[in-house]
Amino acid sequence: MSRILKFRVSTMLLGVLFAAAFMLTTAFSPSAQAKPIKVGFSMALTGALAGGGKQALEAMKIWRDDINSKGGMIGRQVELVYYDDQTNPKNVPGIYAKLLDVDKVDFIVSGYGTNLIAPAMPVAIDRDVVFMGLFGMNNNKKWKYDKYFQILPAGPDPAVGFSYNWFEALKTFKPKTIALLSADAEFARNLKEGAVKNAKAMGLKIVYNENYPPKTADFTPIVRAVNAKKPDVFYIASYPNGSAGLVRALAEVGTEAKAVGGGMVGLQFSGLMAGLGPNLNGILNYDFYVPEPTMALYPGATELIAKYQNKVKTEGLKTDALGYYLVPWAYAYLDVLGQAVNAVGKIDHEAIAKYIHATEFTSVVGKIKFTELGEWSETRTIVVQYQNIKNNDLQQFARPGTRKIMYPLDIKTGTPQTYNSLR
Amino acid sequence: MEFLELLINALIAGILLGGFFAALSIGLSICFGLLDAVNIAHPTIIVGAAFCTFLLNDLLGIDPIVAGLILTPVFFLFGMGIYSLYYQFFERQSAEALRGLAFFFGLLFIAEVVMIMIFGVDHRLVSAPYIGESFTAVVTGMTFSVPYRLLAAFVIAGLMTLGISYYLSSSYFGRATSAVHQDMMALSLMGADPVMIKRIAFALGLATCGLAGALMIIVIPIEPAVGRFFIGNVFAIVVLGGLGSIPGTLVGALILGIAESLVSTFFGPSWAPAVSFGILLGVLAFKPTGLFGTGDTR
Repeated sequence: MSRILKFRVSTMLLGVLFAAAFMLTTAFSPSAQAKPIKVGFSMALTGALAGGGKQALEAMKIWRDDINSKGGMIGRQVELVYYDDQTNPKNVPGIYAKLLDVDKVDFIVSGYGTNLIAPAMPVAIDRDVVFMGLFGMNNNKKWKYDKYFQILPAGPDPAVGFSYNWFEALKTFKPKTIALLSADAEFARNLKEGAVKNAKAMGLKIVYNENYPPKTADFTPIVRAVNAKKPDVFYIASYPNGSAGLVRALAEVGTEAKAVGGGMVGLQFSGLMAGLGPNLNGILNYDFYVPEPTMALYPGATELIAKYQNKVKTEGLKTDALGYYLVPWAYAYLDVLGQAVNAVGKIDHEAIAKYIHATEFTSVVGKIKFTELGEWSETRTIVVQYQNIKNNDLQQFARPGTRKIMYPLDIKTGTPQTYNSLR
Repeated sequence: MEFLELLINALIAGILLGGFFAALSIGLSICFGLLDAVNIAHPTIIVGAAFCTFLLNDLLGIDPIVAGLILTPVFFLFGMGIYSLYYQFFERQSAEALRGLAFFFGLLFIAEVVMIMIFGVDHRLVSAPYIGESFTAVVTGMTFSVPYRLLAAFVIAGLMTLGISYYLSSSYFGRATSAVHQDMMALSLMGADPVMIKRIAFALGLATCGLAGALMIIVIPIEPAVGRFFIGNVFAIVVLGGLGSIPGTLVGALILGIAESLVSTFFGPSWAPAVSFGILLGVLAFKPTGLFGTGDTR
């Protein structure tokens, strides 16, 4: 055999070897071995609830990076596929249909809040897939869908459970009458319905019970109308714009009600906390996580929030700078899904739903157990009172003392004081 | 006595709220009422001015109203630019009706996206000594309170109405603007440049956004999409007052403000929008040109 022929044969052999090696390595590499698992969702990235939606999204990205660094779900990397629902429920069904039909996602989870979960429910039920919800209030009451689970810690009857602790906290004032006001939207109305039940159970006389249109610009006439009824306490279920408007109207007009607040969404957002500053003093409101020393019942939450705050700072993200309100919960609802999928070991929605129903999970928001309707088995809403707020500096809200916990008693860091005594 | 106190307070609140609505609507009254430009982006441009006010207040500590005054000439120039685009691509080609509307829709979305990119989606507020405080007076045992932030909105809206009305009725450009509204061809035959007059009038309409934005962030928290809340209100006020009538816009705004306040106080806030728009429909049924509108004379 000539040297040239030898060279040609050996070159060909080498080529064949390289090709075989390439095929083997690509065939058994993790990326080729399995496509990424896609988790799809809509999120309020613009519109009235974007302040919450943006921080939820960043928390979800942190979870994605965490789980991928640990090998992903059932050995496959996780990819998030999401679209902006503009805080508009009308956009939601189309987004979920696209996620399932065009993007071919493996799992769907909800956007932020009751009003944006509700329109996605029929799509999830129609496709018979597991559907994790983020801060949903009674979304499954009508459907009784066995694959729906949500992460609002408001107990088995969330409408009642959400405000239960608020009513427990204000027992110290021995109230006899109550005024109730809510935004004219599904979540807020549900919240107020639950508050009415709690008020009746406590024997309170309802002297005012109204809804306000979400586009209301001036709340002073409403506050005056409430004051005219002379309620001992004033329960408010509002959205961010209304919450800010009411806080200011209360500061300007004043009130003799001993406790004011309850279900005011938005007062937990950095922008509104800093903007409203001392006007917040005295408001008694719900929350889920505050930087008080007794919040150690959520192991890992402090580290997660620190990671989020660092991410916002280093990446220059234009989103909530503190992230106390939603970050642990947005992380947890994906964490529960991830734990369940890994435990079942395959993408089998029936088996995953059964596993979630049967299991008590541990995540950054502590222990989680779901009821038959996918609600939390226990209420863990906390009641905080805004105190000692001296100016509009955001950093004061990152330290203990400005949002003291009034209830539950085992983690309380303060005693409720009347609204006017803190003004 | 208690009822009377509630009634007077509701009237005061309604008048002040009407002032705020007027401040948001006066610029649109010029653009839509006098120039037929369906500027649906008007409330969003006001939000843009509100964000600029926020920046000036937050970074430099400038009072929001002073910031609004500083922004007014800036928005005048912005208005000149926008009208030049609008004229070049739509009005000159007689395509201002539907395509012009699409232009302003596009402007609305672009403005929102730009604000999201620059400021993010969080709610923003400003601080000033008069925000969250009110003037309180006790008269014959009745307590009346006037929130300073709404009083500021009312006073500024009143001054803007007076100033613009005076300008339109007394100055050459003002009278020419009214003439453009009535007969553009006749105006050009008299040697005036109708395009330049419309450009200045449109810019004046957008200049009001500077102060209106300052008032908006004084009264409510803002986020990039909050302008959409007010699209219905501002158009309703301009139509109610009568197209082209600046004092009519103020009166229309006061009527809606008082109606909203009285209904909220005595019948429940959920009825307020229905009553306000019921008034609009009622007025249009009996006077299709609006309260002070003289009808289209072209």
